[in-house]
Amino acid sequence: MSAELLEGSEAIARAMVSAGCRFFAGYPMTPFTEVLEGMARLLPDVGGDCVNAESELEAIGMAWGAAAAGARAATGSVGQGLSLMQESIAELCFARVPMVVLNMARGQGDYYQATRGGGHGDYRTIVLAPADLGEAVRVVQLAFYLADKFRNPVMFMGDYYLAHVFEAVDTVAVDFGKLPPKDWALDGTSSGTGNARIVSSIMPTKRNAAVYVEYGAYLETSGEKIAAIECGMDPLYEEGWCEDADCVVVAYGTPARIVRYVVGQLREEGLRVGFFRPVTLWPYPASQLFAATRSARAIAVYELNAGQMIDDVRLAVRDRYARSIGGLSFDSSGFGIAPALTPMKVAARIREVMADIRQGVPA
Amino acid sequence: MTVLVRTDSPPVQPAKLVDDFAPPLILPGAHKLCAGCGEPAAMRAVVEMIDAMGFTNRAVAVFGIGCYTSFSPGLDVEVLQALHGRAPSLATGLKRVHPNSIVFTVQGDGDMVNEGLQEVIHTAARGENVTCIMLNNGVFGETGGHMTATTVLGQRTKNSLEGRDAKKHGFPIKLAEMLAPLDGVAYAARGATNNARNIFRTRRMLKGALAAQEGRRGFSFVEILTMCPTGWFIETADAPDYLDDKLASFHSMGVIKDVATGSE
Repeated sequence: MSAELLEGSEAIARAMVSAGCRFFAGYPMTPFTEVLEGMARLLPDVGGDCVNAESELEAIGMAWGAAAAGARAATGSVGQGLSLMQESIAELCFARVPMVVLNMARGQGDYYQATRGGGHGDYRTIVLAPADLGEAVRVVQLAFYLADKFRNPVMFMGDYYLAHVFEAVDTVAVDFGKLPPKDWALDGTSSGTGNARIVSSIMPTKRNAAVYVEYGAYLETSGEKIAAIECGMDPLYEEGWCEDADCVVVAYGTPARIVRYVVGQLREEGLRVGFFRPVTLWPYPASQLFAATRSARAIAVYELNAGQMIDDVRLAVRDRYARSIGGLSFDSSGFGIAPALTPMKVAARIREVMADIRQGVPA
Repeated sequence: MTVLVRTDSPPVQPAKLVDDFAPPLILPGAHKLCAGCGEPAAMRAVVEMIDAMGFTNRAVAVFGIGCYTSFSPGLDVEVLQALHGRAPSLATGLKRVHPNSIVFTVQGDGDMVNEGLQEVIHTAARGENVTCIMLNNGVFGETGGHMTATTVLGQRTKNSLEGRDAKKHGFPIKLAEMLAPLDGVAYAARGATNNARNIFRTRRMLKGALAAQEGRRGFSFVEILTMCPTGWFIETADAPDYLDDKLASFHSMGVIKDVATGSE
């Protein structure tokens, strides 16, 4: 295959099918709707199934059943719809069911929802936030691989621009390596054998299992599982001009493309500005950001919200000066198209932080 | 006189243990539910029918959350655990991926009619080829006897102490009758486990429901009235009669719809 000019949501849908996704369920909500339309059209041709669920609760339930049956399954939504799915996302982590959840956010107001989650108990979901379609078609496939590898839900975080921008991309399958067989998946064939399988968040083994696991003992492994993901994967990130930067600007998703452009322009003017973009929002590339900001006297965070990722930045850069230069930016459509997302405004805000540095940043 | 145990010669066969009489698809060990509970008999009827119909190595149970959830590690049947109320959507995804499997849910009245009513209605309306089984005792047994959407009028529960009053708590839902008119429903029936006759009838209903799934005729539903003397705050021995007098006089037993026989 070769590159083809595609709209974001269509490219994401095609890449999911290339990744082997054969079950999709969803409830319309822009800009997730466009991916749902794509999957409804594409899946029947490859022997898959796309179900129009009656709510986000059922959408994730259907994908859960399909994933437990061994299929590569996905669902997704936006903001409120994902709020409804939080109970299931948490429980999928405990039940160790792999799934890809598309978080087709509009702006970036759902960073907390994606990286912290609103569910119950000790759980974490891997979150991947691409900045352009070339990256999106790769990381959405990586999401399926990581979900299967760690038997955990993986969230793909998009935004309104990513869903609707047209770019030339190749959606061919990417090989990330071998995975163990899904010998835990359900199809009925182990019933009556004396070793029937069970996929449960609360009864991890049958009572005659060779290694019987109590619920309490199972819960105590939650921390080990989270650590296994954190230690078992390298966070993805991009950095530029950081070696001698006085100020490093941190951004993710589509806004990071604008920030990267602006930082490049300011560099040409001779300003010592750097750029850092996390692709994995969890696990957060904290040590990489710490290293990239070694020389920096200030860290600026640009995100289309009132300041959410800045928490993770502060945890990474510890006692250094970090300031939010993004901020709420909504147009009246409610789609988070962000009128403030212009190179001139971003440049002006970065210059303000440079002025902070000249005046001496607060201790 | 019938000789039960011959003592005039050495034994001709080894002694049998309790587990030798265990019904099919139930792993050795006792269930953990209260004495007099109607759910173990219902669960046994379900897996015995799976075995009797030859569906054993195709069966997957999707469990809701309630007292009956404690059966899930004790059955030699594949189990997928759902959240409270959410079993029908999981069953949908599972069945769509493996259309030749036999998928049934095990849910209570709190699980299916309170928390998950939307799920079961839409699964039925889609005509999903799965069997949903509701163990209906009219209370949240696991929480200690609280009112559900099927609690009958006048029934005392921990949060309807003076008895369920329609003015205060609304009217109970008859789920089997509510689902039956939907075009996607192939089979709907209500049985009970309070005596041998009703268990026998319930087994026939389970057979009808599983046959509907095997014949890909659409959604099948069996509601089974079960005793909960603990949650009804009555003597264990009184529970079978209480079921007849209170629950079954409102939630009436019988086959409500069977497209195979054309009855509705």
